[in-house]
Amino acid sequence: MPKDHGIGASNKRREDVRFLTGRGKYTDDINLAGQAYVHFVRSDVAHGTINKIYTTAAAAADGVVGIFTGADFEGVGGLPCGWQVTDRHGNPMQEPPHPVLAQGKVRHVGDPIAAVVATSYEAARDAAALLDVDIAELPAVVDMKAAVADGATKVHDELESNLCYDWGFVEENRDAVDTAIKNAHHVTTLELVNNRLIPNAMEPRVAVGAYDPTNDESTLYTTSQNPHVIRLLMGAFVLGIPEHKLRVVAPDVGGGFGSKIFHYAEEAFCTFAAKQLKMPVKWTAQRSESFMTDAHGRDHVTKIELALDAEGHFQAIRTETYANMGAYLSTFAPSVPTWLHGTLMAGNYKTPLIYVNVKAVFTNTVPVDAYRGAGRPEATFQLERVIDVAAREMGIDPVELRRKNFVTEFPYATPVAVEYDTGDYNAVMDKALEIADVAGFDARAAASQAAGKWRGLGINTYIEACGIAPSALVGQLGARAGLYESATVRVNATGGLVVMTGSHSHGQGHETAFPQVIAEMIGIDESMVEVVHGDTANTPMGMGTYGSRSLAVGGSAMVRATEKIINKAKKIAAHLLEASADDIELKDGQFSVAGTDKSVAWGDVTLAAYVPHNYPLEDIEPGLEETAFYDPSNFTYPAGAYICEVEVDPDTGKVTIDRFSAADDFGNVVNPMIVEGQVHGGLAQGIGQALLENCAYDENGQILSASYMDYAMPRADDVPMFSVDHSCQTPCTHNPLGVKGCGEAGAIGSPPAVVNAVVDALQRNGRDVRHIDMPLSPSRVWSAMNG
Amino acid sequence: MTTVSMTVNGKSVSGDVEGRTLLSAFLREDLGLTGTHVGCDTSQCGACVVHVDGKAVKACSVFAGECDGSEVTTIEGMANADGSMGTIQQAFQDYHGLQCGFCTPGMVMSAAALLAENPTPSEAEIRHYLEGNICRCTGYHNIVRAIQAASGQDVAPVAAE
Repeated sequence: MPKDHGIGASNKRREDVRFLTGRGKYTDDINLAGQAYVHFVRSDVAHGTINKIYTTAAAAADGVVGIFTGADFEGVGGLPCGWQVTDRHGNPMQEPPHPVLAQGKVRHVGDPIAAVVATSYEAARDAAALLDVDIAELPAVVDMKAAVADGATKVHDELESNLCYDWGFVEENRDAVDTAIKNAHHVTTLELVNNRLIPNAMEPRVAVGAYDPTNDESTLYTTSQNPHVIRLLMGAFVLGIPEHKLRVVAPDVGGGFGSKIFHYAEEAFCTFAAKQLKMPVKWTAQRSESFMTDAHGRDHVTKIELALDAEGHFQAIRTETYANMGAYLSTFAPSVPTWLHGTLMAGNYKTPLIYVNVKAVFTNTVPVDAYRGAGRPEATFQLERVIDVAAREMGIDPVELRRKNFVTEFPYATPVAVEYDTGDYNAVMDKALEIADVAGFDARAAASQAAGKWRGLGINTYIEACGIAPSALVGQLGARAGLYESATVRVNATGGLVVMTGSHSHGQGHETAFPQVIAEMIGIDESMVEVVHGDTANTPMGMGTYGSRSLAVGGSAMVRATEKIINKAKKIAAHLLEASADDIELKDGQFSVAGTDKSVAWGDVTLAAYVPHNYPLEDIEPGLEETAFYDPSNFTYPAGAYICEVEVDPDTGKVTIDRFSAADDFGNVVNPMIVEGQVHGGLAQGIGQALLENCAYDENGQILSASYMDYAMPRADDVPMFSVDHSCQTPCTHNPLGVKGCGEAGAIGSPPAVVNAVVDALQRNGRDVRHIDMPLSPSRVWSAMNG
Repeated sequence: MTTVSMTVNGKSVSGDVEGRTLLSAFLREDLGLTGTHVGCDTSQCGACVVHVDGKAVKACSVFAGECDGSEVTTIEGMANADGSMGTIQQAFQDYHGLQCGFCTPGMVMSAAALLAENPTPSEAEIRHYLEGNICRCTGYHNIVRAIQAASGQDVAPVAAE
């Protein structure tokens, strides 16, 4: 029987009621008395020198209350970068300034030049049309290899070149890897592109800044995955506001996928302008602004070499990747192609020698940063593609080649610095083959053939490192932040609980899942537990939600705080029952003395804590409220096997996904319904990357895919019903819930399955195709099959 | 400024609007009905779908003035008279057809329009009908199932294992 309560139950989501009845409270739903509206004047060229900004006519327009340019921000800090990478030679990365409003130069289409603040959006836009900017356009650098060629135009004049860093990992392995590849029985080499994506959370970004002169306090309402991080970055590094005078609120947030982790210029602007103008200032992105200001994702160009012995055992992997940073370093951009990518290059396999080289490059494009999976999809894609190619070159079944090399003993220390705690990669592969009915593939392929279609089968595995992250480790790796998580558990006198968490829900269902854990621990109903998140004024300092970390790290903090609550409550119960605390047991919300029928209810103990008439005041304080900060000792390592089956139309090259099966090992699962939903969404994003989505720039740095007419989002009829399974569970060994995280898996594991399937369909029909770069549009597939 | 009057969720309302004021802006800014969301500026995403005189309409692509005298229904008007969620809303919760909730009002309004036209749509018909509604969270899987369930078709329970 499925559970109907506590950990493991598919509880319906309590937050859904407000979302389904139009009562969600998103940032754009917030309107403050007397607020003004800002419209940003943005660069329409990719690179240029600002000669002059003519503001007089705009300033005189109806309703305008203020106009700001870069000059107004000369005394203000730039947007900080939260991660410093050290290059192969021990030098720090090149780190250019990132002004709130452009200072002297513009470096990508969409770079903000001026801000017009007025009494309505319409007035602000009308006035902005009167603002004239004289820009001398400069040549743009768009292609990464051209950007690092000798004599290339520099994105930042003050830097030596457009190379942010040249990173080698593990540098000490370099020579050994070179030797192993030189001497190998077989080497498979593949060059590929991990296409640039635009995250496209459905809610555009919004910021509302407010200032209260009576106590010199600033408030920012913003669409953020991590309000505490924004408070720290913006307060300490940009505007110089101490944290106790700055409140950041991220209310209901309509999806993030990484793009709402970062601190953006518009947030700093609205907070700054609200104080200057002494009125609240609101900005709501138009979608066309989102396309050219939200941090983009992926955009790697990679050459990977896999060395194998005669039996197909992996001997060594060597990669060289160019990673696009865009025009500025977004908050966590340098970490994505390095520590979130290089450390995953072992995949699920025992490869003794690995060397990863990454050249991060500045170009005149929108900054690139973490997007669902962040580095791990790029690692998985190249590895699982090159294995498929190697299997065909060596005449070994692709599943057998993978099994031959699977890590089977845990813990397993990879040659790229991480240690997998648990896993069972054969089990997820077996499960995937079963739920995908691979045994029936040949019959389905024959039926497709009879209907004039080519059917293909693509299989791959993935592993990811999530539950981000051990602070000490990431500190060594260059993070300028800790990555613990926090929770305060407040028990009320009448027994209800409020969990104040530093993590943030923007679709993940924390308000439903977190209470399931506490209900299980205490033995009470979930309805007695409420979750508060998203407001720095009433939650403890936390690092927020990304990297599939909310339950693994934030949930662990909540468990630790609840354990403290239970320990204290047991002491109170022991006093009330005149017994030793060591003899008190808590079950189904009742404290009892072991081996007796003496008991006291949860609510009686909580009441005693706040009405301490009969209470051990000499030993313990009144009240029942505890905080815990949890810093994980390792990442978690979810893994899985994914299988995609496609039909290709040989006349048009159009690919249709007929079935997609995902077998994941997420460790223990708190709410299976939510977990499956996370996988579904990730799969659609991965399939979107594989078949549809591409951020395109022309050679002048104009973004060509800046609307939903030009950027192909997956629609309902682009994806099939998914077959997902999470019954293979090897619980995480180092967090108290044994959970691993599920938010990114679908987006990490699915692109190689799709490409493997399409290449398989073409090869089965006699086409000598090794690889097609994503997205696999009909024209690309048709071109590949027609040589 | 011109004055427009319409019936929204059964109530008569009126307001002064500019010629360029969109219905979505009138609902959100003037009437405070913030359940209608604006997710794009090219009429592609469908988060703003409402019903105007019984037809599904993207509220970002009609002017408020064009709706003078119309009957408008928004997500706030979809609950039952007793305040409980309507059949489609309930099915979205039961089958986990939403995550961040931003596209959800438009999805529910489109689903209602579909079921009014086609009371028992097939999976393919549902997917085709939702062409104008983009969701980034769910992969559409559970939205399709919720709509099937709302139409009275048999759907396996969520997370059945």
